[in-house]
Amino acid sequence: MVLILSTEIMSGLELSRDEEEALAGKLGKALASAYKILVAIGESTGAKKLIPIKWAHLSGVNYNTIGDPGMDFLDKFSRTTKVVVKSTLNPMGYDRNKPEDIPSSFQEKQGSIIESYERMGVNPSFTCTPYEIFDIPDKGTAISFAESNAAVFSNSILDLRTNKESALSALAGSVTGKAPLSELRLEEARSPKVGIEANFKFGSELDYGLMGYFAGKVIKDSSVAFSGISKPSMIEAKMLSAAIGTSGSCGMFTLGTAKEKISFDRKEAKAVMDELNTAEDGDIITLGSPQLGMNELDYLDKLVEGKKFNKRCIIFCSRAIHNQAARVGLTGKLQRSGAEFMCDSCTCLTPYVTKEKYDSIVSNSVKGAYYLNNSNEVSVALKDIKTIVKDYTE
Amino acid sequence: MIINNCKKIVGGSGEGPALVTAQPINFLSMVDAKTGKITDPMHELYKKSLKGVVLVFPYAIGSSVGAYSIYSTREYGVAPSAVVCYKTDITTASGCAIADIPVVDLPKGAPPIKQGSIAKVEADAGRITVKV
Repeated sequence: MVLILSTEIMSGLELSRDEEEALAGKLGKALASAYKILVAIGESTGAKKLIPIKWAHLSGVNYNTIGDPGMDFLDKFSRTTKVVVKSTLNPMGYDRNKPEDIPSSFQEKQGSIIESYERMGVNPSFTCTPYEIFDIPDKGTAISFAESNAAVFSNSILDLRTNKESALSALAGSVTGKAPLSELRLEEARSPKVGIEANFKFGSELDYGLMGYFAGKVIKDSSVAFSGISKPSMIEAKMLSAAIGTSGSCGMFTLGTAKEKISFDRKEAKAVMDELNTAEDGDIITLGSPQLGMNELDYLDKLVEGKKFNKRCIIFCSRAIHNQAARVGLTGKLQRSGAEFMCDSCTCLTPYVTKEKYDSIVSNSVKGAYYLNNSNEVSVALKDIKTIVKDYTE
Repeated sequence: MIINNCKKIVGGSGEGPALVTAQPINFLSMVDAKTGKITDPMHELYKKSLKGVVLVFPYAIGSSVGAYSIYSTREYGVAPSAVVCYKTDITTASGCAIADIPVVDLPKGAPPIKQGSIAKVEADAGRITVKV
């Protein structure tokens, strides 16, 4: 009895009566599971209460990442509950219009996962860059974003407030409309204690990615300050956000300095390259991770004007961006230069890129390189986009 | 040895040999959910299995989908019997909540838990008992 009391005192998260009842299963098993998740992440992040959120972005879509257990879980979960806030969805395994040689068993299982999300009322956006597609809420709005690049980007560039949510915690957010008030949803954690200073002139978006990957490894806090760099462009900010999210637990960056300073020199950049750049050359080029937006398609189009890729070049982007690009004639121009589009999916863990098909891949994405190396088990030639165009077009 | 004042993250209790690492884990890219084995040759737990152990590690990093990987280890029967973190992250907390794996945070200044020692985690009591 004494022990139970002491635990209650230690537990900092207070639930309202309605929340307690939902946790106890009064509103069904699925919502009880959702509240169980919220309580666990609330305790782990030191929250005192749950607050309403306006938007949940869910990961855990690609069959290659969640497997049969994830598929079965979602099938059950989705039969008794619905989302109560705007909820959008990460990429899945492949482009539904281009099944190529994707095994039919994969297609079926991927189909089941999508059905589950749609049954719950999640928008089947299949994008890892929801910030480029949907209306952005007011600054300071609490949201719940899984997909680390989107969480980091939203905190850092859009001043929205999310912790680096997991696939399951964002799912819990979508069906409860709530998230713990903790960490990056509070002012204090959004002021970095440690900064990273770049001590060399960045040549491309790749350098931003390398710095982000380095930051994720060395920063133990929720946020980090960067100095010695110019304000990142859209493409640079996306690369930076994705890379930070890949290597660590840090969920936000600011531009400026902090009390403590860590140096990011060519030596540190080279160490990241040595880890992730595992091939000289590649069989194909994949662009994406994050999926490309209008800015990047436009930039790529200018780079390849009058040239033709001499390797297969896959551009991963959301269907929404693809359709927008098609309307202004961008997709046609890029296709004439030999590039091809894959929608709904992205570089990381797509069954399009397997070790059975390819030994190595060329990409400019640090995040992509990490997962291609570690999960797809193909080696990667990591090059910035200008170099890729220079090396692989005629 | 008894470590008291652990912070309960997910309730329940579990026992097993301690599998201890000072390195963070990316559950999506470093763990084979079907076998429970660590697949990253760079990780100090390379080839070690999570099945039935009390996993003692700092926190998870990387993919948000790692929460499903933790859940999958439970579905494939290779989950850890309990998890002890220096500071539990959202991926570990949420994955273990759904997989019913007890989780606690170590209190500040807790003595190290020896690799392979038999540990019992009683999350609701905030207690870890380590047999040498």
